[in-house]
Order: sequence, then structure tokens, then C-alpha cells
Amino acid sequence: MASTAKAIEPIISAAWGKPQSWTLDSYRKRGGYEALKKALQMEPAAIIDEVKKSNLRGRGGAGFPTGLKWSFVPKDSPKPKYLAVNGDESEPGTFKDRYILEDDPHMMLEGIAIAAYALGVHTCYVYLRGEFKFPAERTQAAIDEAYKAGIFGKKVLGKDYELNCYLVRGAGAYICGEETALLESLEGKKGWPRLKPPFPAVVGLFGCPTVVNNVETLASVPAIFQQGADAYAKLGTDKSGGTRLVCLSGTVNRPGVYEVSMFTTLAELIYDDKYGRGMPAGRKVKAVIPGGSSAPVLGADELDVAMEFEALKVKQTMAGSGGVIVMDDATCMVRSLWRVARFYAEESCGQCTPCREGTPWQTRLLRKIEEGRGEPGDIDMLSNVASSIAPYPPIGLGNTICALGDAAALPTHSFLMRFRDEFEAHIREHRCPFGDKPWGSFGDWS
Amino acid sequence: MAEPLFTSEEEQKKFDAGIAEIISHYPPDRKSAGMLPALRLLQEIKGWLPPEGLRLVAKHLEVTPERAMEVASFYVMYHLKKPGKYVIDVCTNLSCSLWGAEKMLAYLEEKLGLKAGEANEKFTLRETECLASCGTAPCLQINEDHHESLTQAKLDAILAKLS
Repeated sequence: MASTAKAIEPIISAAWGKPQSWTLDSYRKRGGYEALKKALQMEPAAIIDEVKKSNLRGRGGAGFPTGLKWSFVPKDSPKPKYLAVNGDESEPGTFKDRYILEDDPHMMLEGIAIAAYALGVHTCYVYLRGEFKFPAERTQAAIDEAYKAGIFGKKVLGKDYELNCYLVRGAGAYICGEETALLESLEGKKGWPRLKPPFPAVVGLFGCPTVVNNVETLASVPAIFQQGADAYAKLGTDKSGGTRLVCLSGTVNRPGVYEVSMFTTLAELIYDDKYGRGMPAGRKVKAVIPGGSSAPVLGADELDVAMEFEALKVKQTMAGSGGVIVMDDATCMVRSLWRVARFYAEESCGQCTPCREGTPWQTRLLRKIEEGRGEPGDIDMLSNVASSIAPYPPIGLGNTICALGDAAALPTHSFLMRFRDEFEAHIREHRCPFGDKPWGSFGDWS
Repeated sequence: MAEPLFTSEEEQKKFDAGIAEIISHYPPDRKSAGMLPALRLLQEIKGWLPPEGLRLVAKHLEVTPERAMEVASFYVMYHLKKPGKYVIDVCTNLSCSLWGAEKMLAYLEEKLGLKAGEANEKFTLRETECLASCGTAPCLQINEDHHESLTQAKLDAILAKLS
């Protein structure tokens, strides 16, 4: 399909791929740190109001309004306050924060400085997943530059406000992207999520008020002060301001990270010339996961939906972390779900029984069905196991402390709802109907 | 007597300076928060986390060695056994599998004579979870260096450089 999707002026990705885009020099030439200058002349409360007005919503998965989150931090607490940046990008299908960290880390650092000043934070920890060696090198170099330039340190751009920023690398645990597990990990412990409430804004890092924000969320903050909150809000919908990054992967011609408007639909992302450029000849879309592997899967007839929090909620799925995974008609749905289920079994932290026991159980059942050993009753059992972790339709959180349980159960519920016939065919035929090509044949390894 | 943990003055110096820097990032009564960076530092120096190293880290952070072990055994990037010289982590999650990751892993298993999860002196081969390279699938990491959009020819060229 030709390009009909509404073009946008990129904000976050504008400099990606340009020479030296990750340096302070490049960022300053593009007007970098001017927003911080403006913010430093404002009252902290007024900064939070601007962010509220901008309708910026968290880009890590839950889509919580950022300004509102900031306003939950108690103003009169005698304890120090902290900002923790969530760069534990590990949700399968999600790879956008990596590009910010590699190609324009100062945009995030400026967001950090604005947020810290607004919140009364003097120490910020940037937590990156352990596997991000190169992104960590780029980010650390940017932090060092910011210290040298007087953006971090005893004063922020000459203002008498101390701000320190430290980079911490995780060590391989998806669960640490859950905000309270991230705080546990930052405290030097294994990543076991905490019961909420209390929420981190009140009792967070070291028992102190803490805001946890995603990398892209913070990178979006400077634009609010450059353009003005109203202009930023107007780019999006009534409830979700600005632009957002989406990550397109799977069986499309041109996978990648694209900055899109909140009105861009899944179909446009997959087929438009500006984005995915459709499927290879002879192939059709069978299924699309719209927001990282935890998001309920959609069928080919459900793609005319904007990739925005509210619109996807109507379809009983979620915008999540922006990870769009496309599966074509040569892809086996049992095999796909088995692979997704294995991920959650591997990454379950082991704290809550339904998740610890349920995620490997799902995996064993799916393997049995995929390998042609499935029996009548296995599908109902699978549905039962998923419901024991988190019932469907969801009624708030499932039966576990954190959302990993829901994340593990939702794919199962949604695959069974939309592709039950494929599961039944496996059991009836005592084999995978796709034979030894469950993934179709894509790329060089076909 | 057992061999000393650090076999050169340089190693000892790197550890001491690193630990001091790490501890300085946290409130004075929260030294134990430095556990993840401290274990990473130890692994960078020794290539893995030997038991006497865990005890040393625990001592510096003023916690019990069991606490260090608890953290070291929770996160998959820490090596509690000495790995091969090159640790190869192959992503086989959904987006990579759609671009042939399972076949790439099978190719590596045959080429290296190792099953995923096995190791020899030179290589540790592991199946790993999503590495955030879904748009440039399939991908793998070798000692934390990222390699993306892999074809068989590209992979062969990378392996040929590992001595």
C-alpha cells in the first residue's frame, strides 16, 4: 500500500542515525537542554502541572499518566526522594528504549533533570538491563558529558540544586522491569516484586518516595517544555498526548522502530510504505500481538485500530510497551504460544505459587500439543491453568503479587479465544499441521 | 593454601577501586545496594563468580555471603561456574524464531558440537530470552557483544574470528 498514513514530525527519533547524534554537542545544536533552562525558572509544582496538561502517559507498558504519577510524591516528606529510570527493556517484541539510549541519550538525561527538579530529587539511578552493554556505554558517556558541562553535579546549569545520576546495569531478569522488582534490584537484592500499596511514590527505594519512569517517557519530557504542554497534548488524543515509538517485528518486509501518531493504526504500521511495507508476496497476516508479548493477540480482521492505549483497550488488548509482533499465515499458533509461554516460565521469579507452578505447566501442555501428543481435555486444562494464574476477562490484577502472572495468562486466553481450531487440529491429527515448518520460512535461515 | 583470588596487583587494584566507586553511589547505610554492580565487577575481573569472590564482595558490602549467593544465583548473567572463553547467548523468542532462530541455534549446535546449555573450554552455548533486537532478527550475543540480522555467512565470519 502506498503511503496514506498521516505523517508526523518526529520528536524522539528526529536525530537517530545522524552523525554523532549521541553527543552533547549534537544535542545542544538541536536546542538540547533549552527545555531544562525553561523548567529551572518555573516552580516545581508548575512543572508537574505542565506535564499533567501535556497528557503524557507512561511508555513502559501500563500507560499511567506521568504528571499524575509525579503528583503522588509527598511534598512534605523529610526523607530523600529518588528517581529510578526503567531501562530494563525486556518485553519480547520491544526494542525502542535501546535506540534512545544508543542514539540520543541526552534527550532522556534532560528529561531526568527536569523530572528531578520538579520532584525535589537529588539522586537518580538509571537502571538498564544487563544485556545492554553498548547502550550502557553510550549512556554512561552522556552522563559523564553532562557532569562535565555542569548539568549534573553540585549545580544544575548554574542553579543551586545538586543532582547526581548513576547508571546501574541489571544482570538478566525480565522481572526487574516490574517497578517494585526494579527497586529491589536497585537495593542489591533478587528481583522479587513488592505488594502494592504502598506505591513507590510513597515507599520506594530505600523506603523513600520514588518515581519510576520508563526511558521513552523521560525522553518525551523536554518536548513538552519546548513546544508547550498544549501543543504537545494536541499531537495526540484527548487522553494521550504526543507521539510514541512502536517496534515492529515478525513477518513484515521492513521491521524497525517507528515514531507514530496516536492515531496511526496497526494496519497502517504493517502496510504503509513509511513503516512496515507489508508482507512478502503471497503471504497474509494471521495474527498480531500489539503491545509486547503479554498483550492479547489480535486476528487479521482486527487491525483497523489506532495503536493507542484507549483504542486498544476497547479491543480487549493493550498498547503496552509498543512491541508489535506480526505472524503470517504460515506460522503455527501453538508453536508461537508455546514459545511465549516458555518465556514467562523462564522469567517467573518464583515468589507466587500460581505463577511459579502455572507458567511451566502451561509450557508442558503446549509442548505436548505441539508435538502431537495432545489429548482431548488438554485445551480445557490449559485454559484452566491460565485462569488459575489470572482469570479472563481480567478483574483487576490476577492471583499474583505482580502483573507477570497476568502477562503469562493473557496470551494463553487470547490465543485460545481466537485460534482454538488450530489447537484442536493438533490434537485431532496427532501432529502439528505445519509439519517441520511451524515458523513458515522467513529470512536467510528458511 | 588455596590460591589467592586475585592473581595480580592489577586485578586487586581494579577490584578495590571499583568497589570504592560503587559504594560511593549509595547512602552510607545502604552499601548492600551495590550488590549487582559489585558482582559484575568481580565477574569482569575473574570471568566468573568464584565462592571466595562472593565472600569478599559480601564482606565489602557488609552482608552475609548467603546474601551474595542469593543474588548471584537469581540473575542469569552471573556465572557460578567458569564458562567457556566465549559465551554465546542465542535468542529464540518469538520475533527471532519467526526469522529462523531455531534453525540458527541448531546450526550452531552442530558447528560447535555442543547442545544449548552445554560448555567446553572455548564455548558456552545458551538459549536466551529476548535481547531487544526483534527488528534485526535473528540475533545473539557473544560475551555481551550484540550481533544482529544474522545470516549463515555472517555468523560463520563472526565465529571464524574467535580464536
